[in-house]
Amino acid sequence: MSLLEVKDLSIHFGGVKAVQNVSFTIDAGIVYSVIGPNGAGKTTLFNLITGVYKPTSGEIRLDGESIGGKSPDELARRGVARTFQNLQICMNMSAIENVMVGAHLRLDRNLIKAALRLPGLTRRDAELRGEAAELMRFVGLDKYINARADSMPYGALKRLEIARALAMKPRLIFLDEPAAGLNPKETIEVDELIRKVADSGITVVLVEHDMKMVMNLSDRILVLDYGKKLAEGSGEEVRKNPDVIAAYLGAHA
Amino acid sequence: MQKRAYYGLYIVIAILAVLPMVLPNSFYLDLAIRMAINAVIVLGLNLLIGFAGQISLGHAGFLGIGAYASAVLPTHFGWHPLLAMVAGAVATGLLAALVARPIFKLKGNYLAMATLGLGIILNIALRNEATWTGGPDGMPVPAFGLFGFELSNDKQWYWVVAILLTVSVWASLNLIDSPFGRALRALHGSEVASRVVGVDVVRYKVAIFVLSAVFASLMGSVTAHYVGFVTPNLADFFHSIELVTMVVIGGMASVYGSLVGAVLLTALPQALATFEGWETVVFGAILMICMIFLPKGLVPTLAAKFDKGDQA
Repeated sequence: MSLLEVKDLSIHFGGVKAVQNVSFTIDAGIVYSVIGPNGAGKTTLFNLITGVYKPTSGEIRLDGESIGGKSPDELARRGVARTFQNLQICMNMSAIENVMVGAHLRLDRNLIKAALRLPGLTRRDAELRGEAAELMRFVGLDKYINARADSMPYGALKRLEIARALAMKPRLIFLDEPAAGLNPKETIEVDELIRKVADSGITVVLVEHDMKMVMNLSDRILVLDYGKKLAEGSGEEVRKNPDVIAAYLGAHA
Repeated sequence: MQKRAYYGLYIVIAILAVLPMVLPNSFYLDLAIRMAINAVIVLGLNLLIGFAGQISLGHAGFLGIGAYASAVLPTHFGWHPLLAMVAGAVATGLLAALVARPIFKLKGNYLAMATLGLGIILNIALRNEATWTGGPDGMPVPAFGLFGFELSNDKQWYWVVAILLTVSVWASLNLIDSPFGRALRALHGSEVASRVVGVDVVRYKVAIFVLSAVFASLMGSVTAHYVGFVTPNLADFFHSIELVTMVVIGGMASVYGSLVGAVLLTALPQALATFEGWETVVFGAILMICMIFLPKGLVPTLAAKFDKGDQA
């Protein structure tokens, strides 16, 4: 059975139909990319599946369970992680604390125990600090382990978001333009990082404009245009699809 | 990094231990006690404002509930002062929890307005229920005693509030550096990011609002017993603003900033008394200058000057 199943999903903002009757399924363990011109509804689709928006109609199933309209924290409990196109880093915290927040649901969050600094809680926190440092190394942020988030460059913050998402130990991770604004060298590094994440058994859903990266990484690709599904298939199939070529190049098929 | 934050606690303990020996007379002892009481309230309020990024312009109302619980319940119903204090705190906690859910659906200016309104309503209630509260004139508060021992002189009160302050600083530091505290700071940094990692943001906002309200209520009770008299001014809008100002001047999201803010703003009106009718003007000017040159508050600005590394 597929891990994620989206059926006839739509959302309307007033008269704007940002996503219209989109259906697709994602099998566990693959890299699935969503591409399309600007304004095609890619990020909106992510926001729908990760609970930031509630769908107007349609169905989303994770492992067969309907998750449409569930809040982001309920989805987090079910192993859904994501990063953001426009960075959402907590600048009021250190880099490693940003990663540690990712492990929120795996920790004892009791207020009284925290205020009394009970040994069990601090021990677990110290362990977590080690785990978070390990994750920062995994995403290539070795030299920022003791840094403040607000002192880090843009490219590093992009990876910090990935590290935070990984700290959730997710089954499914949504990456919203992880290479946007990065230079070619950084893009190749992120490309390799996503490969490592996928190899670790996490299902990756990717929105990205860098076509080389998308073609290189994806097992399957969904093409959106004006909120509608234009095509779906392997890289090769999508590349040859006349509708996709028309949407991207503006040619008349 | 986190270890260093606790060094400040030793300094606080050292200052509190030495202070009574160097204070020249009872006027300064009284001032120190009021500083410490304010510091505890401001610590709680800073958790809400500085760390969680929410606002309350009605915290004096909660302080008023505590103060009047300690005045009314023992006087009219013969309750034990400790029981009255706990009852006040529980009532405050329940009220805060009840109003917090709808209030925290609001953001920014609306949240400020809602908490402002709540504070004003509480203040009006205290003013108008003259049969119980003595109305605008206030009422006396019986002395606080426990196990046959009565807190009667300022020296004793000093040690009580010094211990309360030390415990509050310690608990605040603990809380900030815990899963709970990180979630709180994260929802301030990015609400959507914290929701996506599983933080139930409304629950956390409500929890910290209730906690800071209970802090205020308990210290309201302490104030009432210490001063021996309560008036509705304790719970009025200006007092709420004064508390918020202490947070902002001392430094948002800074435990030691809370202490500095409380100490300075409690002392300043006394120090400015020589200006007679102009003291409020001078007071206002000092606050404005602080905000223009130290927009992050005293402690964080100074800390950043000396240290470009981790934040305490």
